[in-house]
Amino acid sequence: MFDKTKIAGGIFQGLSALACVVIIVMVAIVLGNILIHGLERLSFGFLARAPEAGMTKGGIFPAIFGTFALVLLMTIAVIPLGVATAIYMHEYAPKRSRMVHVVRLAIQNLAGVPAIVFGLFGLGFFIEFIGRGMDRALFGGRLVYGQPAIIWAALTMALLTMPTVVVATEEALRAIPQSYREVAYSLGATRWQMISRVVLPQAVGGILTGGILAISRGSGEVAPVMFTGAAYFLPELPRRLNDQFMELGYHVYVMTTQSPDVEATKPILYSTVLVLLMLTFLLNFTAIMIRARIRKRLRYGR
Amino acid sequence: MAADLETAESVDEAGNQALVRAEDLRVRSGKLEILKGITLDSRRGEILSIIGPAGAGKSTYLRCVNRMAELDQDIRIEGKVLLEGKSIYGAGVDVALIRRQVATVFSVPIPLPMTIHANLTFGLRLQSGSRNSNEERVEAALRAAYLWDEVKDRLDEPARNLSGGQQQRLCLARSLALSPKVLLLDEPTSGLDPISTARIEEALQQLKVNLAIILVTNNVKQAARASDRTAFFLFGELIEYERTGKLFTTPRDPRTADYISGRFG
Repeated sequence: MFDKTKIAGGIFQGLSALACVVIIVMVAIVLGNILIHGLERLSFGFLARAPEAGMTKGGIFPAIFGTFALVLLMTIAVIPLGVATAIYMHEYAPKRSRMVHVVRLAIQNLAGVPAIVFGLFGLGFFIEFIGRGMDRALFGGRLVYGQPAIIWAALTMALLTMPTVVVATEEALRAIPQSYREVAYSLGATRWQMISRVVLPQAVGGILTGGILAISRGSGEVAPVMFTGAAYFLPELPRRLNDQFMELGYHVYVMTTQSPDVEATKPILYSTVLVLLMLTFLLNFTAIMIRARIRKRLRYGR
Repeated sequence: MAADLETAESVDEAGNQALVRAEDLRVRSGKLEILKGITLDSRRGEILSIIGPAGAGKSTYLRCVNRMAELDQDIRIEGKVLLEGKSIYGAGVDVALIRRQVATVFSVPIPLPMTIHANLTFGLRLQSGSRNSNEERVEAALRAAYLWDEVKDRLDEPARNLSGGQQQRLCLARSLALSPKVLLLDEPTSGLDPISTARIEEALQQLKVNLAIILVTNNVKQAARASDRTAFFLFGELIEYERTGKLFTTPRDPRTADYISGRFG
């Protein structure tokens, strides 16, 4: 009476639709919950003031500023390094190069390392080794760079997001037809001219997508900055590269686990999470806008 | 002396020296021998067509003449290629300069993802390093490729808006803008309709006055009607090289006869 294949097909369709619904509902619950509770305390003052009274009152401005500064420094570090690595691997290195194979393997493994390990690495390598080394060499052993600081946190974060940038850039380079490269060479381009005038303008969209993903990741991670520069509470903003800073994600962590009065901090916690989400969206959105503009400008030369 | 003999060989009846001359050119890719010792001349004012079945090494020969073959790292090249008597594989040769002097048009039109104008000035801007675009050269190149009237009002449009035939003429104009000495065409009309094909062949007849043209073609009829000399390649060897009229009427080698009459390949 019933066609068996049809029943199986119907069941599968129903299940996959259900899976979609589950995801949408989950996201809606999480976002709705944060939005409803978070909006209660959200005000201009909350965005513009520093925390007060053991974080049960006041705002989160230092954390917003710190997150911005962290992401900015991270981007400055990770984009040139990641893009240059990908360009070398895809455009310069001889094919079947052993070194490229090793680097690619390293990058894949880097992507799988837990964030907390990056935090410990940052502490050991940047602060203990490089920072202390700089202090001994340049400052006569005085403690200047050998301590948690925004520059070390940003570099640690850059290391964490490097695989994203490298992989995205390589994908973008791979998507460019080999024939464009041949044409450029046939018209007398050197390798660098070929890369700078044909390959990069075409790849810039994909490269910036990698940058956007890196920013999304960087603005949300807590573990890498815990030991490398984020501070529990600082009324002042970071002004130098070796200052410590407050960071939104870390602030959320601190308020959840270290607060003397958990109930009193709860509304602030919700609002902070909401701000963190909005900030991530804002950073993403800005990066997407920049990408759209650059793409438009570069697409057809001048 | 042997050297004198070789030089004598590369000078034709009118006393013109060969503009491009390959001497015992051998190309290997891994264990595969693609070209097995080719010696071949092309002269200014003439179109040399290279015919032969797939895998004969026609395209590889072209890619050796403008040093594109070496972009494939597996390729090994032996023998000589002379441009105006000087080896293009010699030490201290500027590869980019060779590629500008020996221009290429590929079998598929590949406009760069830029405007028509930017495509035409791409090579020029590499040279001068400046943004000066040399409007006269752009116009002259477009006229030489029989494209000027069709695109003169739309130079700032993306090149991919052009039709396939127009794109191929754009690629021809793009190469001509560099004022090359030699023009290499690798099956330039394989994807084009008869009218676009006729336009390109017409352009080539005008262009050959100042250039040596080497035309690789799968179309035997095109070789017969468009070229002055014809070389027949088979499995990496040069089987026969003659004036086109002679090769098509009285081929010396039976394999040439078989190929041009369509009995194989």
